[in-house]
Amino acid sequence: MATQHSRSAARMMMAPAVVLLLGWMLVPLIMTLFFSFKKYLPLRGDTLGGGLEWVGFQNYVRFFSSSSFWPSVQTTLIIVGSVLIITVLLGTLLALLLDQPMWGQGVVRILVIAPFFVMPTVSALVWKNMFMDPVNGILAHLWKFFDAVPIQWLSHESLPSIIMIVSWQWLPFATLILLTAVQSLDSEQLEASEMDGAPKLKRFWHIVLPHLSRAITIVILIQTIFLLSIFAEIFVTTGGAFGTKTLTYLIFQRVLDSQNVGLGSAGGVYAIILANIVAIFLMRIVGKNLDT
Amino acid sequence: MARAVTSQRKAINTIFAWSIGLLIFFPILWTILTSFKTEAQAINDPPIFFFFDWTLENYAVVQERSDYLKFLWNSIIIAGGSTLLGILIGVPAAWSMAFVPSRRTKDILLWMLSTKMLPAVGVLYPIYLLFIEMGLLDSRFGLVIVLMLINLPIIIWMLYTYFKEIPVDILEAARMDGASLRNEIMYVLTPMAIPGIASTMLLNFILAWNEAFWTLNLTAAKAAPLTAFIASYSSPEGLFFAKLSAASTMAIAPILILGWFSQKQLVRGLTFGAVK
Amino acid sequence: MGRIVLDQVSKSFGKTEVIPPLDLTIEDGEFTVFVGPSGCGKSTLLRLIAGLEDVSGGKVSIDGKEMTEVPPAKRGLSMVFQSYALYPHMSVRKNIAFPLRMAKMDKAEIKKRVEDAATVLNLTDYLSRRPGQLSGGQRQRVAIGRAIVREPSAFLFDEPLSNLDAALRVGMRLEISEMHKRLATTMIYVTHDQVEAMTMADKIVVLQAGVIEQVGSPLELYRAPRNTFVAGFIGSPKMNLLTGEEAAKHDAHTIGIRPEHITISNESGTWEGVVGVSEHLGSDSFFHVKCDGFEDPLTVRAGGELQLSYGAKVFLTPDTAHLHRFNDQGLRIE
Repeated sequence: MATQHSRSAARMMMAPAVVLLLGWMLVPLIMTLFFSFKKYLPLRGDTLGGGLEWVGFQNYVRFFSSSSFWPSVQTTLIIVGSVLIITVLLGTLLALLLDQPMWGQGVVRILVIAPFFVMPTVSALVWKNMFMDPVNGILAHLWKFFDAVPIQWLSHESLPSIIMIVSWQWLPFATLILLTAVQSLDSEQLEASEMDGAPKLKRFWHIVLPHLSRAITIVILIQTIFLLSIFAEIFVTTGGAFGTKTLTYLIFQRVLDSQNVGLGSAGGVYAIILANIVAIFLMRIVGKNLDT
Repeated sequence: MARAVTSQRKAINTIFAWSIGLLIFFPILWTILTSFKTEAQAINDPPIFFFFDWTLENYAVVQERSDYLKFLWNSIIIAGGSTLLGILIGVPAAWSMAFVPSRRTKDILLWMLSTKMLPAVGVLYPIYLLFIEMGLLDSRFGLVIVLMLINLPIIIWMLYTYFKEIPVDILEAARMDGASLRNEIMYVLTPMAIPGIASTMLLNFILAWNEAFWTLNLTAAKAAPLTAFIASYSSPEGLFFAKLSAASTMAIAPILILGWFSQKQLVRGLTFGAVK
Repeated sequence: MGRIVLDQVSKSFGKTEVIPPLDLTIEDGEFTVFVGPSGCGKSTLLRLIAGLEDVSGGKVSIDGKEMTEVPPAKRGLSMVFQSYALYPHMSVRKNIAFPLRMAKMDKAEIKKRVEDAATVLNLTDYLSRRPGQLSGGQRQRVAIGRAIVREPSAFLFDEPLSNLDAALRVGMRLEISEMHKRLATTMIYVTHDQVEAMTMADKIVVLQAGVIEQVGSPLELYRAPRNTFVAGFIGSPKMNLLTGEEAAKHDAHTIGIRPEHITISNESGTWEGVVGVSEHLGSDSFFHVKCDGFEDPLTVRAGGELQLSYGAKVFLTPDTAHLHRFNDQGLRIE
């Protein structure tokens, strides 16, 4: 539904965005690929100008076989998996609760959503010091109140601590999206099933849950993309110590801390592949939605 | 559902939902409260909730010691600049895809989205290197560019879904009325899309404000925004709860307020229109 | 001035050809109606003239100047859309003024023209309102106002009345006809409603599947439809079309007889039949009569006062002077 004039105008107007994003994607990607096949240690005098030694797949093999690789993958998967389970489960329950008639619904909704707007460094720091501090933290006070020994959260229970912080940050997102989905449920459908005599639990199982399934899938996929690259929460709290080194953090350390660019780049390529596997599923769903 | 609910039911829901809501909100509330305490009261055992000597001293100290206003200014420039630039590039692109769709439009949209999924850490060094080469490291301009690029797909997607809701007839009417393309976009499309454009800007401002990978890795003293300002409290100042709270409150307050306005847009923007 | 000539104009969307090459001339000052069933390509044809779509082949010229490559903004045409397409964020005044503003006309002149248009269209009291605060009929008037102020060489109407209720539709029909008589500007009007076509047009263009079936004045089309499609499409209620033995008696494959050209009688006639459903409009009555040997019931028009009960036996006599004959390709036999 357009003319030649508008089509050529459209191409012109789309060009800046396309060119910029193409550059943003390709230039660093090609550089990362390039470095991943090179020995590149800037601190030992390797420079781009001086020519870098080609090492083939050596970086990939070394990154893969290093003692920190598998633990970091495991840590990543535990954090992502746990946060997903917690946020989706609690998010669904919260969405259903917030959909019920009550006084001050709008205010409650704001209370629940607020953590999403807190910048990651702030939430990590507030949790680390004011809640999880083994002496002065609120949780320590709570434990002492029940005559229990306060937990050394970030050193002894480091993974659950990180999971707790990240879940707190992402629960609002899951809740908000699931709430939107719940509210879009056709009430006639529910009323019809009520007329048919379906009990409450059955109605939830056969009507509400299937209706939510798409929203849940989207929450899972989008959160996975973001969770795979959480950074500030670890950077500020444990700095990757106590078994909280995720793949992202490991690569960060290789690249910027120990300045082993070749090795870090190989790790980066692994991370890109991992993210793309998730991305493919997400794109499928979004793409399907685009047709309607 | 237009059906009477017993007020007993409603009361139970209310109590239940409010308790959970307050529990979730508690860390923020506690931070705000603590920011008004003295350091001694902040670590008092047992914790004091409301009956302490309210003071603004912490705010003054934080500003004086770490120059809060400078970081705030950086945050505003970086988040605002990247949002404005993104809108400037995004509006024409979204116009094209919404009103002059071709066979490739869908592929282009999905491809744009896919750039958003590139893990930042995978391209950290190249960007770092390019920034050094171009003298952009620790510059606000460099961050404006990077944050604009990482949020551009979301900007275009959101605008696209908003533009899609504007009837093509009206744009065609403008064309028949003798409007050039520029006038069509300026006098007809933009005013009609103002609510959508505003929502898009709001959400992207929030996302840019809170971005904490590139802002931490590409800045030092000069261009650091609030994310980095707070990260610097990691130690040892973090042990001064009241000051940490004051700094935190100042870092999140602007965005909490903006966030209240953007709940609906949040869903649309972050699910790429897949959940409405 | 507004003579529009289409020369071998065609349109395809991808591989599907919606309009095969066609020629058409619309004379200056003529009220031309494109009519046809939905999907016949009438709106597409209008959009080709407007320049909102590119032609796939052929030439469009307006007043002797070739306009095929000229963008819609520069063709000097005005269009009224089915949805009215008013600018929701502008007041009525600004809506009507918009084309003039785009033409960079002087402010005082804009004000004068807008106010003149508002007076003619009874919109003076609504100039500061937004479209959202107007009724359907008022919106329609604003859309027309926006079209007339720029004094175009031709007006294009794309089913402008189909969103109005029946009563308003009749009123607006008259107003548009009035306007045409007053302005004497070329108008091209697209509709699927043959009543609108018959009542308003100087020239009707009947389209089906992108092909022009017939061009002519309303009465030409009524008196001498070129084929069975036009015969069935023009006239209300529809012409009765008969095939088989009865047609063979008149040396034709199909014969057509309009309901108003059949007389009904209780005593005698050419065909014998049984009354089915009767529709009484007051001024006329329509009877659906099932006759022996015909597949479909015949529709017959009679005076408004005639009452016949369901199942009554009647006799029908066609007026052979108004009998239409068509060959096996559906084309008229003179």
